[in-house]
Amino acid sequence: MSNLLLFPIIIPLFFAAILMMFPKNIRMQRTIAAIGGALTVAASIYLAYTVYHDGIQAVTLGSWPAPFGISMVSDLLSALLVVTSSIITLFVIFYSFPSIGVKREQSFYYPAVLFLMVGVNGAFTTGDIFNLFVFVEVLLMASYALIVHGGEKPQLREAIKYIVINIFSSSLFVGTVAYLYSVTGTLNMADLAVKIPQIEETGILTVIAVLFLIVFGFKAAIFPLYFWLPSAYAAPPIPILALFGALLTKVGVYAIMRTYTLLFTMNIDYTHELLGIIAILTILAGSIGALAYFDVKKIIIYNIIIAVGVILFGVSQMNEAGIDGSIFYLVHDMLIKAALFFLIGIVTVLFGTSDLRKMGGLIKTRPGLGWTYLIAAFGLAGIPPLSGFPGKLLIVQGGFEGTQFWGSIVILASSLLVLLSVVRIFIYAFWGEPVETLPLAKRSYNQMFIPTVVLVAITVIFGVGAELFMPLISGAGEVLLNPTAYIDAVFKE
Amino acid sequence: MRTNDVMLQTATKVVTFIILVFAIHIFFAGHYTPGGGFVGGLLTASAVVLLMLAFDIRTVKSILPINYVTMTAIGLILALGTAAASIVFDVPFFTHAYDYFTLPLFGETSLHSAMLFDAGVYLVVVGVTITIIQTIGEDE
Repeated sequence: MSNLLLFPIIIPLFFAAILMMFPKNIRMQRTIAAIGGALTVAASIYLAYTVYHDGIQAVTLGSWPAPFGISMVSDLLSALLVVTSSIITLFVIFYSFPSIGVKREQSFYYPAVLFLMVGVNGAFTTGDIFNLFVFVEVLLMASYALIVHGGEKPQLREAIKYIVINIFSSSLFVGTVAYLYSVTGTLNMADLAVKIPQIEETGILTVIAVLFLIVFGFKAAIFPLYFWLPSAYAAPPIPILALFGALLTKVGVYAIMRTYTLLFTMNIDYTHELLGIIAILTILAGSIGALAYFDVKKIIIYNIIIAVGVILFGVSQMNEAGIDGSIFYLVHDMLIKAALFFLIGIVTVLFGTSDLRKMGGLIKTRPGLGWTYLIAAFGLAGIPPLSGFPGKLLIVQGGFEGTQFWGSIVILASSLLVLLSVVRIFIYAFWGEPVETLPLAKRSYNQMFIPTVVLVAITVIFGVGAELFMPLISGAGEVLLNPTAYIDAVFKE
Repeated sequence: MRTNDVMLQTATKVVTFIILVFAIHIFFAGHYTPGGGFVGGLLTASAVVLLMLAFDIRTVKSILPINYVTMTAIGLILALGTAAASIVFDVPFFTHAYDYFTLPLFGETSLHSAMLFDAGVYLVVVGVTITIIQTIGEDE
């Protein structure tokens, strides 16, 4: 089955097209969306299994020889990310049933979610830089639809900012691709990886590398380019926020990872040091934001920015520990952010507000929710048996082995601030004098709580069983550090 | 005051068919000459828009009782299905096939599966364009 790696892209696209035909029938919408999500998860897990056993899967569309057609490549890194994003989208679909509201469900909500899945899975799988742009646009279009979905006043206001910023960064993306094409004459990533080292004019390539950092930095929210994210993500309802927070910025992070390990390795002293410094500044900016707010959504949103900084710092070190750590941390962070947003969603529904100062005493009425939140919070901060620990440990080790040992110290210090910011939610919302909560039907509470608990359980398994997952992670890191395997897989014919 | 636009409406009745035929010509010519699904779709949509200008949206809806959202979905499935047919034959996705057929009236004609993909594109373009125009036009 040479087309196996395309299934996580084709299946949601097909189901999204089917769902467009009967928007008003909620029961069918829910069932078919759930079936589509589940099939995608199954296909992606089988794909990851195949990649792990048989090596990198690559197919060049339309039976054209490799640099001329569009190559789709699934190495361990992209297979892992496709599995993670498919699982998260499936859980978001389940979580949406009780929480998104009938009106939204009747106006193409599930097709938009599935189209977002198409874009994310495609961006993780593609091996062509312009095709990456197209898939990023697919996911952005779906995210535009989702950010205004429902048409509340704050959503409309933030959607304008979000769309303007993304159109600007996308046009910059096209311009940068044009520069790259005029210098190298190819857009296939594997072919680029062959051609770039042959070009002696590294000055212009360094400029292009920095331009790509700016482009993907807008998508991934790195230090000076993150300003659009906190208010834009606070606008849409919780399931959409969970989807955005878990997936969208990570596509930018993945793109930086891919381009900075596969293509732009000609001037590491400059580009990767710049990346490292920006990553540290991103961590600092995110930590300040996470401590500054009394709004639960804002606190977790700023934690997204911190995590982007941590992952990119690991990438910038370009050594085995750093890269492995950032891959582990990337997968962990996607899962834990979705879980945390789910938990925050239940808390805000119960209190009817996202202001911490108006909450309290939830541990007495909802002990299960409280302890699940505490586990997720400890996981985020990286307390040893949980999933945040192995990744951060490797990144810190990578920093000490590399040139920027002070960056590792900042990351260790930032973990304390992350812990403080999330435990503050625990203290305010779960301890103290009980505040009256809004009534919530037991059935819809369970419908929201069960996917959350399962997702938290997955992160716990991912952390406690880190030894089991390490072969996958280090296999993915090996391809990033030694791209010949990637190039050979594409040019096999 | 209600103006009498009998000239516009009479001209539209003639011109719409010319535009539609030209759209179909452009759509079929796309393989060898400039054209294809995208421009063909836009031209078809422009014919419908001309009808909407000369008459009104409700009349056009009763002439063409089409759900354009469903049309977009069918176009997507057609395009995806053409590309995915390659999976059945276990060749890379998007691999197209063509052959020469002797058809009545046309004689020997080459038929290419890229045409089916283009038909999908055509349906999506028509569906999306008219959905946009209809929703803005009906908005109070």
